[in-house]
Amino acid sequence: MRKLAIPAGIGLLFASYFFGSEVLGSKLPHPPEAQAREALPPLALPTGSSPEAQLTEVFARIEQNRLDLALEQAEALTTRYPNFRLGQLVKGDLLLARTQAISTLGNAANAPQEKLADLRAEAQARLNAYRSKPPVNAVPRYLLQMLPEQKYAIVVDATRSRLYLYENAGGAPRLVTDYYITQGKLGAEKAREGDKKTPIGVYQVVGNLPREKLGDFYGSGAFPINYPNDLDKRLGRNGHGIWLHGTPSDTYSRPPKASDGCVVLANPDLDSLAPHLQVGLTPVIISQNIEWLTLDEWQQERKSLLGAFDSWRKDWESRDGERYAHNYSHKFNTDGADYAAWTEQKRKVNAGKEWISVNTDKLTVFRYPGREDMAVVTFRQDYKSNNLNNTMMKRQYWQKEDGRWKIIYEGSA
Amino acid sequence: MTRKTVFEYNMAVRRTLIALICMSLSMGAAHANSVQEASRLLRQGQPAQALEQIDRFLADKPKDAQGRFLKGTILVELGKNAEAINIFTKLTEDYPELPEPYNNLAVIYAQQKQYDKAKQSLEQAIRTHPSYATAHENLGDLYARLASQAYGKALQLDSSNASAQNKLALIKDLTTTSSRPGAKPVEPAKPVEPSKPVSPPTNPTTPVAPPTPTIVATAPTPPAKPPVETAKPVEAAKPEPAKAEVKPEPKPEPKVDAKSADINTEVSKSIEAWAAAWTKKDVKAYLARYSKDFKVPGGASRSSWETERAQRINKPGKISVDVDNIKVAVDAPDQATARFRQNYKSATLSSATTKTLVLVKRDGKWLIQQERVGG
Repeated sequence: MRKLAIPAGIGLLFASYFFGSEVLGSKLPHPPEAQAREALPPLALPTGSSPEAQLTEVFARIEQNRLDLALEQAEALTTRYPNFRLGQLVKGDLLLARTQAISTLGNAANAPQEKLADLRAEAQARLNAYRSKPPVNAVPRYLLQMLPEQKYAIVVDATRSRLYLYENAGGAPRLVTDYYITQGKLGAEKAREGDKKTPIGVYQVVGNLPREKLGDFYGSGAFPINYPNDLDKRLGRNGHGIWLHGTPSDTYSRPPKASDGCVVLANPDLDSLAPHLQVGLTPVIISQNIEWLTLDEWQQERKSLLGAFDSWRKDWESRDGERYAHNYSHKFNTDGADYAAWTEQKRKVNAGKEWISVNTDKLTVFRYPGREDMAVVTFRQDYKSNNLNNTMMKRQYWQKEDGRWKIIYEGSA
Repeated sequence: MTRKTVFEYNMAVRRTLIALICMSLSMGAAHANSVQEASRLLRQGQPAQALEQIDRFLADKPKDAQGRFLKGTILVELGKNAEAINIFTKLTEDYPELPEPYNNLAVIYAQQKQYDKAKQSLEQAIRTHPSYATAHENLGDLYARLASQAYGKALQLDSSNASAQNKLALIKDLTTTSSRPGAKPVEPAKPVEPSKPVSPPTNPTTPVAPPTPTIVATAPTPPAKPPVETAKPVEAAKPEPAKAEVKPEPKPEPKVDAKSADINTEVSKSIEAWAAAWTKKDVKAYLARYSKDFKVPGGASRSSWETERAQRINKPGKISVDVDNIKVAVDAPDQATARFRQNYKSATLSSATTKTLVLVKRDGKWLIQQERVGG
């Protein structure tokens, strides 16, 4: 039997189908096909049977102009996950394409535009994640030093609606898997209670609320994180109850921007993530856009921070007031004392000592996400001197000033 | 080639297929053998030999439709598209009622990227047979309904209306099929090797209704006499194949006969006004052509139907609706059933269908009480 030749240009059509007018312009100006292909590399068929993998396969079939197979896949997907709304939408499109021209994702007549826009955004986020995995041999720059008992860390990319699970592989982060997530309705950079934003910063899992204790809205469970942290409080940020949690039973997933600030995962995803989370230990770093470093760059950044930290410790032990003060930023302040008052007081204390010994362990170093060159260092400090012994957990925020790491805030942790 | 026509075209090609025809029933054994031999050679990948065989056969019977059809198919296989087009075009001229030559023309045109011609050919293929058009529309209807169901789940819309039982037009007229000796009903699809371009099935029991657009390779059997376009299917003296939604057209009562000429004119004018309002995209005037007790298709509410119609009509782009061949049957002094050809063109769709309207007279105006596709 003779199959009809695939008309040229169909790839462009589906480029527009996937991304709508925002990316490629509402009227496709017939760019050369090669160019369009370059902009949108063909989808590799994903392995696995997660709904996202299946959805990507549907899209790949559409790109190949195998609408028949695409519909078959979409039907399999929606049979298995009937509440996966995006799957239903694509299935609707594939059915409608048999009766009329379609030009975009989601062609339902009379559809509420807001809901359509949400599903399109979800499609785009999921597809983007599949098209561009994190660079090979690259690590997010945040995870510089973890405790051996911190087996895993979470890094969230708010812009990409993605959560990455990293394993602590002998000190270096190694990607385990990643998931689609929902962030706050109004995006990230939470500052105020009720601003419907997701915080940006370095947090950790501080609780585990099982499904039984929660309403259906939170799905298969919830893991609170410690927003607002020390830094947030110092910056006057407020609000509370930022959790990682699941999805209500009437839908498989929620739009990319829909929560009140929580990070929301599909229930099966939360279920697969949950065993890796350690209450009180697992770091949760939420970033607007993840910055990726090569392992060499990561090693370099790590060394520079660990070096600065060790200098601080040694300078303290030296009892030399100038050397010690050199580690602190002029913006430094703590407990109402500014840089001048603090260094003056320290100079006096240190000068009165015959000897000081400072040992540290349980050290973690996280590069802080955001515009500032900042890192948060947490450790156990074992301080001994001729007249005082003290052991405490301490946290310092370091910031780069003129190429040098300086402490801008420290306090007990 | 716009994207629109890609879809229309894919859709149309798929729908056009294919009544299987049992060749041996209508042919003498000698015929069958020659044609079947050529067909077998073609299937075995020996198109050149198949061509020799069929040429020998045609030298003897130059008019034979099946022989000519097979030759066209062989020529496609040999890449001689121009000759194939000639043959299929002649076949459409000699047997305008056969869909298969149109279909094959469409496939060739499509291969040559002459999509407009391909589209035309497919539309003609569909027009050869009133029930094709109905089936085509019904299938389109079903896909649209399934799509709306999926959208309902995607967007949490209330799709209960959409799932209601609807008017799916019944093909009431089987005369065309039965007038074609040896015709067999379409059998379920069986995937066929797509890389093997032309393989006419010689075994008449093999179902061939491929999932992808195909050359119709089975030679059609021309009817003994050209089938008459049956404009009055209901009057055919045979049982209704299924329960029709609309009650069968009653014989006009003698007492209305005298007036029926007038009614005829009034009803025709009313239908023309309706089509004109549609064409002008005058939604108000268009909707005003429907009676208060209009039976909304699918049992949806009047208001949601009106909204839907308004949205359809207000879609960007020109609409043109013209009607011809209006046949009015007067059912009662205030009720008439009209059948006509509706030629609809919009930015996204172009179709010619048979439509049936039941009109009632209200306050001196003939208004539409029922509307359905098909005769």
